[in-house]
Amino acid sequence: MGASVLTTATRSPAAPVEESRGSRFTGWAANYVDERTSISGLVKELGRKIFPDHWSFMLGEVALYSFVVILLSGTFLTFFFQASMTSVIYDGSYAPLKGIEMSNAMQSTLDISFDIRGGLLMRQIHHWAALLFIASIGLHMLRIYFTGAFRKPREINWVVGFILFILAMAEGFTGYSLPDDLLSGNGLRIIDGLIKGIPIVGTWISYLLFGSQFPGTDIVPRLFTLHILLLPAILVAALGIHLVLLVINKHTQFAGPGKTNNNVVGVPIMPTFAAKAGGFFFIIFGVIALIASLFTINPIWTYGPYDPSPVSAGTQPDWYIGFADGALRLVPPHLEWLWGPYTFSLNIFLPVVVLGLFIVVVMFYPFLEAWVTGDKREHHIADRPRNAPTRTAIGAAGVTFYAVLWGAASSDLIATHFLISIEGVITTLQILLIVGPIIAYFVTKRICIGLMKKDREIALHGYESGRIVRLPGGEYIEVHEQLDPYERWRLISFEDYQPLMVRPNAKGEITVAQRVRAGLSNWFFEDRIAPVSRTELAAAHGDAHGALEGDAGAHGAIGH
Amino acid sequence: MAQHDDGVTDGSPVDDHTAAGSSLEKAMPHDSGIAVLTDDLMENPGFPPHRPRQTDLDPKKDKRAEKQVTFLFYLSIVGSIFAVAAYVAFPIVPGDMESVRTNNLLLGLGIALGMLGIGLGAVHWAKQLMSDIELVEERHGTRGTDATRAKAVEIFALGNKESGFTRRGLIRNSLIGALVLTPIPAVVLFRDLAPAADPIPLLQHTVWKKGTRLTRDPSGTPIKASDVTIGSAFHVIPEGLNELDDKLEEKAKAAVLLMRLKPEDLHVTAGRETWNYDGIVAYSKICTHVGCPVALYEQQTHHLLCPCHQSQFDITHEAAVIFGPANRPLPQLPITIDSEGYLVARSDFHEPVGPSFWERQF
Repeated sequence: MGASVLTTATRSPAAPVEESRGSRFTGWAANYVDERTSISGLVKELGRKIFPDHWSFMLGEVALYSFVVILLSGTFLTFFFQASMTSVIYDGSYAPLKGIEMSNAMQSTLDISFDIRGGLLMRQIHHWAALLFIASIGLHMLRIYFTGAFRKPREINWVVGFILFILAMAEGFTGYSLPDDLLSGNGLRIIDGLIKGIPIVGTWISYLLFGSQFPGTDIVPRLFTLHILLLPAILVAALGIHLVLLVINKHTQFAGPGKTNNNVVGVPIMPTFAAKAGGFFFIIFGVIALIASLFTINPIWTYGPYDPSPVSAGTQPDWYIGFADGALRLVPPHLEWLWGPYTFSLNIFLPVVVLGLFIVVVMFYPFLEAWVTGDKREHHIADRPRNAPTRTAIGAAGVTFYAVLWGAASSDLIATHFLISIEGVITTLQILLIVGPIIAYFVTKRICIGLMKKDREIALHGYESGRIVRLPGGEYIEVHEQLDPYERWRLISFEDYQPLMVRPNAKGEITVAQRVRAGLSNWFFEDRIAPVSRTELAAAHGDAHGALEGDAGAHGAIGH
Repeated sequence: MAQHDDGVTDGSPVDDHTAAGSSLEKAMPHDSGIAVLTDDLMENPGFPPHRPRQTDLDPKKDKRAEKQVTFLFYLSIVGSIFAVAAYVAFPIVPGDMESVRTNNLLLGLGIALGMLGIGLGAVHWAKQLMSDIELVEERHGTRGTDATRAKAVEIFALGNKESGFTRRGLIRNSLIGALVLTPIPAVVLFRDLAPAADPIPLLQHTVWKKGTRLTRDPSGTPIKASDVTIGSAFHVIPEGLNELDDKLEEKAKAAVLLMRLKPEDLHVTAGRETWNYDGIVAYSKICTHVGCPVALYEQQTHHLLCPCHQSQFDITHEAAVIFGPANRPLPQLPITIDSEGYLVARSDFHEPVGPSFWERQF
């Protein structure tokens, strides 16, 4: 440990035992640094900090490490990429495009791909890492949501994390547009149309963003500045806050024997967690490098330079922007009106508003749920999704809504691959967008409650052992085996809530807010399964002391 | 920090459970909202006994794991050296795509091996050889202690008293006013992101004017009416577009699709009788939804399909929208022929092309 090395180092002249040169140097270096930084305090504080272990806790790590890979590979790319839309005649090694007029940005991207050793590899590592970054953030958010890990004291960190998600998508879009190829140019064209559709200010925002009429010659350098300077700076700052809050709040853990709301059970940073997490970084980097060496991503040379006239069939954005593109496709027809001298394009503004609302609701969900439950305690035990049926059902509805929008971004490909009409696909998806989340909500809620009932049944009466016994009276029964107390604890340790009762306040009034809150609370908790209590378990076993004090293995109860 | 390796621990988490969520609350009483708090809950059984791993029990297994970890780290060294060797040995030969592929593949595999060797080795080390005994750390309420909070309040009160922030309202309010205004110059500075000219007139006109020849995209060769057979479609740009400095900006507005239908298939509204030439019609190629090129022409049905968001336009009915999110028909370019039989524009479009914008006035 650093601390012990340190102490021996400070009194090494008097130390009776001769130390190796290596340990003397380590001691000297540790002493040197500590006398100038008092870093020993940090090591003492964090060195043996405990991290709970669960596979789903790695999702955030994947995001973090792929971001590091993005920074490293991106830095390499900036040494060669030229963010300029000056027109040049291509004269690189890719024969099919020789003599074609294109922007400097496109040419330098082709040069990175075909003339610089390892350039294509770095481009592909950068792109694959970016995809992994966004995918892992998405899964990480789902994990946090479905386990209720956003509850007090982590609501703020949920918001910070959500901002990171938005920033990651913004980074993705700005980066995707930089090569100035045909596909990304069409993406920018859509963004231009989208911005122009914003009432009152749209035309001017588009004009200022593109520096002239679309496409102009300014957008690539401007996006480049956003992509490598402004957005990463904000992202790194938000990431720093995210991690500091993680350390302050300490990680959540799943319920388990010995684990309580007041402790953290797991492995210490030094050495086990550091080795696992550090090793995991290298695994992530290695896997991305492996994918990048084997699989092509974004082959801009097959698309060619941007030209406003051609477009390829089956055009779609990178998958993480798909939900927005899908929203544009699913808008009902004829939503555009003339208001006096002005054009109001609801067909464009509606998706913007709906997606904006969706984002806001997701972002503020922790506060919404806290208000409904009125629960002001700290929660450090992550819920099993089934134990919060309404929350899980809302989540499933949200996921369905997103998934339908996302699928809609490929509506034309769905139609051509399955040989069905594009109109049919769109209409079906329009209906699904409304009906799908409702179905998902009810189905999920019922599944959760069913699982809770099953858990309760197993906790109370044990599990089916498959052993059939014939009783003296001739009756056949199946013997139920009891769970051991550790296994049972995982099934029964969750919290129970009752719907809020409407009560008059100090003035003797019942406010509207109170009624809404009670209504929501009722919606949340009216269907619920209470955790198994001591009395129930004792009754089920016909044993006043319950199973916990006995040896569980020998406690084979006979099923009913 | 308590250490446990069997069910009995010095941290006695069994006792902790009754305190779960309550020792915190005792320190700082909190509203549990509508949570049901009962004394009848089951007790936390405490930690299960620790199960030793094979490497804990068998020194041979321990030795083997050690060798595996070392092997993985050596493998990483091999990978990194291989990557450098591949960089040198498999250079890119200009014009040879196969060499690009080889360079990418071998370099990538070397780097991947270098990374994976370290990663898998470290994780294997941690899982097999480092202690897997779980440790326990107590949590403390996130909020500061009452004493700390009192001190913080005191500091703010002192700061307020010494500065007079609340008492000297005039100073405070003028400061807030000043602070609110300071970012405004920064916003104003962004005006010159685009030229001074108003964008609206730019959006209302294209380079098409009376007598401009319709030419092929991208070659720029003019099109004779006789070249356009029934059922065919041409991607069209105005003559001289390729010589313009702002070629792309103009093309983004002026791109046109040219099709020939049987004249009797066209439903022409009053006032547009002269806009087609013997069944040859020209429509803006820029979608009225968000501006993608409407590039897919279905010859049999005379429908145009936008590949981006699937708006469909019926050419027999003057490009009326028949499906999808777009609301307006594609603007029609009035055409005729010149003395040499080449197709020319009669005028510019009679309305702005492309996506809607606020000031568009339909």
